[in-house]
Amino acid sequence: MPEQRILLRRHLGVDFTKLDNYLKHGGFQMWKRVMELGPDGVIAEVKTSGLRGRGGAGFPTGVKWGFLPKDGRTRYLVVNADEGEPGTFKDRYFLEEDPFRQLEGILYSAYAIGAHVCYIYIRGEYWNSKAVTDDAIQQLYKAGWLGKNIQGSGFDLDVYVHSGAGAYICGEETALIESIEGKPGMPRLKPPFPANFGVFGMPTIVNNTETLAAVPVILEMGPEQWSALGSPRNGGTKLMGVSGHVKKPGLFEVPMGTPMREIIYELGGGVLDDKEILAVIPGGSSCPFLTKDEIDVPMDFDALKGVGSMLGTACITVIAEGTDLIKVMCRVAKFYQHESCGQCTPCRQGTGWIHAICQKLDSGAAGPEAIDLLIDACNQIDGNTICAHGEAAAWPIRSICKKFRPQLEAAIRARTAA
Amino acid sequence: MAAHEMDHDTQSPHEDLSFSSATQAKITELLTRYPRKQGALIPTLFLAQDEFGWLKPGTMELVAHTLELPVTTVLATAMFYTMLYKTPHGRFHIQICTNVSCFLLGADDLVAAAREVLGIAPGETSADGLFTLEQVQCLCACERAPTLQINKKDYFNVTPTKMREILADMQKEGARLGPSVGWPGHAHVGQSHGGHSHA
Ligand SMILES: Cc1cc2nc3c(=O)[nH]c(=O)nc-3n(C[C@H](O)[C@H](O)[C@H](O)COP(=O)(O)O)c2cc1C
Ligand code: SF4
Ligand code: FES
Repeated sequence: MPEQRILLRRHLGVDFTKLDNYLKHGGFQMWKRVMELGPDGVIAEVKTSGLRGRGGAGFPTGVKWGFLPKDGRTRYLVVNADEGEPGTFKDRYFLEEDPFRQLEGILYSAYAIGAHVCYIYIRGEYWNSKAVTDDAIQQLYKAGWLGKNIQGSGFDLDVYVHSGAGAYICGEETALIESIEGKPGMPRLKPPFPANFGVFGMPTIVNNTETLAAVPVILEMGPEQWSALGSPRNGGTKLMGVSGHVKKPGLFEVPMGTPMREIIYELGGGVLDDKEILAVIPGGSSCPFLTKDEIDVPMDFDALKGVGSMLGTACITVIAEGTDLIKVMCRVAKFYQHESCGQCTPCRQGTGWIHAICQKLDSGAAGPEAIDLLIDACNQIDGNTICAHGEAAAWPIRSICKKFRPQLEAAIRARTAA
Repeated sequence: MAAHEMDHDTQSPHEDLSFSSATQAKITELLTRYPRKQGALIPTLFLAQDEFGWLKPGTMELVAHTLELPVTTVLATAMFYTMLYKTPHGRFHIQICTNVSCFLLGADDLVAAAREVLGIAPGETSADGLFTLEQVQCLCACERAPTLQINKKDYFNVTPTKMREILADMQKEGARLGPSVGWPGHAHVGQSHGGHSHA
């Protein structure tokens, strides 16, 4: 399966952090067309394309835009560039290497939804991303692509980078909104949804970086042609990555629906030392783990749901045979405990229990019965929390307990016998 | 550190501290970006941290005063975020990713190498104020694992040998530069808080 490189343009060897280069390679050419289409026309094109959010949940972007109330209140566009899902490294590409792609998408999308201010919320640890994106924004202001009366159109747009400060939970869109407001990143109860009550209480659209980067491409290719690249109801291409125990870890761009096996074995070069696969995480550590018998699954939102997992961020982590899954569980559990915002008891307490049980298993202080205890703790979190962080903590651990029980039991015996 | 612990700290009323004019200008510009002053809070705390090294109570009061916010509001936000430092950090903040992809490719060996070279455990700062060692969550460059970040710079595909070289360079650099701004006993920033250092 060859790559289909539309968004990912590293191979061209061009410095896309320079506006001149970006413009030379077709940048901002859709602006005229956007003006002709008008806001509703742009929204219609995005709806037709079937573009589904690249932040993980896969919600149709055009449909989300359509939720904005028409009540004359100030509207905001907020970009979720808080990339923090363990195993993921896709938005970093745009932020550091092709920042204008996202910014072009921001301009068209802000115009479509009638927003005049956009905040790009970039993960705090992404120092280089913040610097490159900030510099790109300044280049656009100088060239008249941002600010007042953009290219003589009468449309105004200000774009600001807002830095995160080391809290994974701020990737959850309502926590992110709280964080822009200068508050602790505690997710809000929904409804009201951000489209109605978002940043500073105003109607707000939150979209992932890659989602917005796809908008110019959809307009260039035409929504039907773009959509036809992917599998049914999962339009277009998508950045996908593979890391962990593979020979050629990396970031690739392929049509939605490309089999996971091809990404691991063809693009990723196969498993290190030609070992067998033990487990695979499809798109970041909040996704339930898969076994080696499940890797023929097409990489799209619906197919992964069909096998009881999620596409998530589509950045795959490969774990080879011989790896101690109890240690892997400890890392995963520690992360979700550390990053819980603490406002719901099942998540705050449950993630602590899960981590504590995993540590006991690791130290040999707990026997195989702890596996059922873990499943029970996961069940109690599931569905009982304000945001999906609770499920993100519970599902992967539960999947390991259920699918890899023999391996876990062997690892427990090895410890307790010693 | 919980908010109430701050009370035990040496009080430094905000009159003692002030922002440089360059920082003040940046804050003024930041305030134009948000319809409410509190929107500028996190960016202002970052600026304060750059200027004073870490966010001691007096600095939080200065930020509160500058943005016309209650001190408790500033504290609540500062407490929530790990990148806003409530204790002094070393000149070099060594943050090693030990999440899944880095773990699979030997991140724990990097932690072991750093412990050995620096003589401190994760979570600790060397008594000379040069190094803070920490294990951090996924830095989202897993295709270049194992990764680490030192202050604002990323390091990819790090081996234990490379780790030792990096640290040796920093030990030389540190001998020249001395501890970080805001390190106890250093310059104008006052004493208190030897707290989490460890030899
Ligand atoms: C715990 C948690 C963390 C999240 N982290 C991110 C993230 O880092 N980046 C992101 O784009 N979406 C993240 N999301 C999803 C967002 O809440 C939201 O669905 C997304 O930004 C919507 O954009 P999209 O429709 O373009 O995908 C996270 C959700 C949860 C529950
Ligand atoms: S589920 Fe966890 S992270 Fe989400 S709001 Fe509740 S406590 Fe916070
Ligand atoms: S696991 Fe270390 S960078 Fe992702």
